[in-house]
Amino acid sequence: MRILVLTKSVPDLVEELVLDEDSGELLHDEMTYVPSEWDDHAVEEALLIKEDSNADVTVLAVDTGDVDNMLFTALAKGADRAIKLQGDFDLSTSNRKRAQAIAHYVKENPYDLILSGVQAIDDIDGQIPAMVAGLLGMPHASVVTDVRLDGDRVHFHQEYGGGLQAELASQTPVVLGIQAARKPPRYASIAKVRQMMKSSVLEEVEVAVEEVPELEIRRFFKPVAAGHAEMIDGDAEEVAERIVSILKERNLVRG
Amino acid sequence: MQKAKSIELEVAVVNGIELPGHWNRMFEPRVISEYDLSVLDQVTSIPGAESLGYCYQCGKCTAVCPVETVGDYSPRKIFRKTQLGVSLMDSPDLWLCTTCRNCLRVCPKEVNMIDIMPAVREQAVLEGKAPAELLTAFENTARYGNPLGEPPRKRTEWVKSAEVPVPVMSQVKAPVDVLWFVECYPSYHPRGKDASVALARLFNALGVEFGILGTEEKCSGDSQRMAGEKGLFEMLAEHNIKMLSKYQFNQIVVTDPHAFNAFLHEYPKYGGQWPVQHYTQFLAPLIDQMHLTRPLNKKVTFHDPCYLGRHNGEYEAPRDLLKAIPGLDLVEMGHCRETAYCCGGGGGGMWLDSFTRDYTSQRLSEKRVLEAVEYGADILAVTCPYEVSRFEDAVKSTGNGGRLEVKDIAELLAYSAELI
Ligand code: SF4
Ligand code: SF4
Repeated sequence: MRILVLTKSVPDLVEELVLDEDSGELLHDEMTYVPSEWDDHAVEEALLIKEDSNADVTVLAVDTGDVDNMLFTALAKGADRAIKLQGDFDLSTSNRKRAQAIAHYVKENPYDLILSGVQAIDDIDGQIPAMVAGLLGMPHASVVTDVRLDGDRVHFHQEYGGGLQAELASQTPVVLGIQAARKPPRYASIAKVRQMMKSSVLEEVEVAVEEVPELEIRRFFKPVAAGHAEMIDGDAEEVAERIVSILKERNLVRG
Repeated sequence: MQKAKSIELEVAVVNGIELPGHWNRMFEPRVISEYDLSVLDQVTSIPGAESLGYCYQCGKCTAVCPVETVGDYSPRKIFRKTQLGVSLMDSPDLWLCTTCRNCLRVCPKEVNMIDIMPAVREQAVLEGKAPAELLTAFENTARYGNPLGEPPRKRTEWVKSAEVPVPVMSQVKAPVDVLWFVECYPSYHPRGKDASVALARLFNALGVEFGILGTEEKCSGDSQRMAGEKGLFEMLAEHNIKMLSKYQFNQIVVTDPHAFNAFLHEYPKYGGQWPVQHYTQFLAPLIDQMHLTRPLNKKVTFHDPCYLGRHNGEYEAPRDLLKAIPGLDLVEMGHCRETAYCCGGGGGGMWLDSFTRDYTSQRLSEKRVLEAVEYGADILAVTCPYEVSRFEDAVKSTGNGGRLEVKDIAELLAYSAELI
């Protein structure tokens, strides 16, 4: 079983996003990028599958600059190979174009199971896994947990409305958007990551992407805040009193 | 295996009488063969952890280990459990030692937890066995350069409240006398920042030519090293040394005893060799120039930080400074100087509070606060950035709010010099 995990780096929200208010552009070069947390879960789920069943795990990132550390970290955690897709890409490359690049690569280099984070902060609707599946004509599911192999089929859970979970099965190859791994993503010690940087190489694969239908981002802006939060000051007693009176005022407590 | 250094004499001459020591079986580590020692061997084969095997169960450490007073813990017990086959790597015991160094002070066999703990923990971290909250602190430090997970860009934000010049080296184009290594808690923690503001004003009042690294500074990493993340420590050390090397200064002054320890003993191994002083050492000779005019008519007791006192032997500078404040009545607690109790923050303890709670009856900081109250102190003076927040929480949780204040020595000095 060959597993491919799609990873990307996203702006770090601990630091503020840097926005040029006049032009409505995000200043990518002035922001710090970190691995998307859902992708961390996809990597973890892949490694757990590997532990159960001897699969081979490859992590992939579109080379938008500065993805090396992310890939070496995945290797330090236990991934077998890391691929960097190279071409005409940068931090502002659209998800549509990234999906096309990944699809080109997978067409030439087949995998049985393709995992990705269900979404990313710059891909809230989780387009990448869905588009990769669409472009490759593969089955796809989103918001997936608990992925297990059963012979040459893949079993996994998906959340439905009304508190229902479904267990689904699919033939391979299949693309899954992972909501959360079975266990919290593991820690890669810095010594191990640094050792990987010395002892392993990231495979660089050149991909050419044709013109794809894309949307144009006209501007980014901060929504105007509607309403205000009330900050409650004082010692514990005063704060508790104020909370109780708010709950009463708004009829939020019974009796 | 490295042999234990025997401290007993083979022959002693007392009043001209020769006393042979052959009856004393403690010259060499005793080989205890009745046990399956494979688990112990596994631990003592880790470089740095050899000395655990030297333990001859005298129990001296049990009497002084702070963790023992709130739990069931000491190097003697760790040796014994490991000897009996309990894996230290999988035991919560591995994360309870605060590397306070009190056991090493009394151990006749030099069983050295300061080397054993980081070595075994490093292995446990590699095997994915470290507590999750500790890993979060590691991840934060790796990503943001501080264990609190605060934005690196905001590292100098405290400077605004100082209201005095705090030059950042990248903007100062000239050499300075003192490179002030501020560290993380003094940069980000609200109470840590209070001490930084106080110190900045003292430096200004004294006319010290100083500069800080600002956003070029990252955590010194010493506690992460003791907690088992040596790789992270090395990365931080390399970064800080590279940044420091860009500038010209005569000496480094640190706020944090853990950074002091790193600059004294560890950074030189990576090529970073500069004269370094803890700020109390730097200020003590300048007492006469500080204009300590405003009296502080309070009973004050001082908590010796493990990494300033026991680890690095400085007990006087903080006391000299406190005694110089008019009206201040300095009382010593029973556990002081080399026997000082530990606040529980060292060796990674700062990031293991929830974990530790399950294995101890009380926080070490609570124990210490109760001792300060017992001695009738109005103020518990501290000089390590981990302590203000730990002790203030402990004052509240032990129901002593309003009875005991916790203040950094820098705050007390700035108060007396009418700078805050
Ligand atoms: S270093 Fe301190 S906490 Fe650790 S075992 Fe020794 S006395 Fe106990
Ligand atoms: S003081 Fe040293 S030799 Fe004695 S029990 Fe403790 S560790 Fe062992």
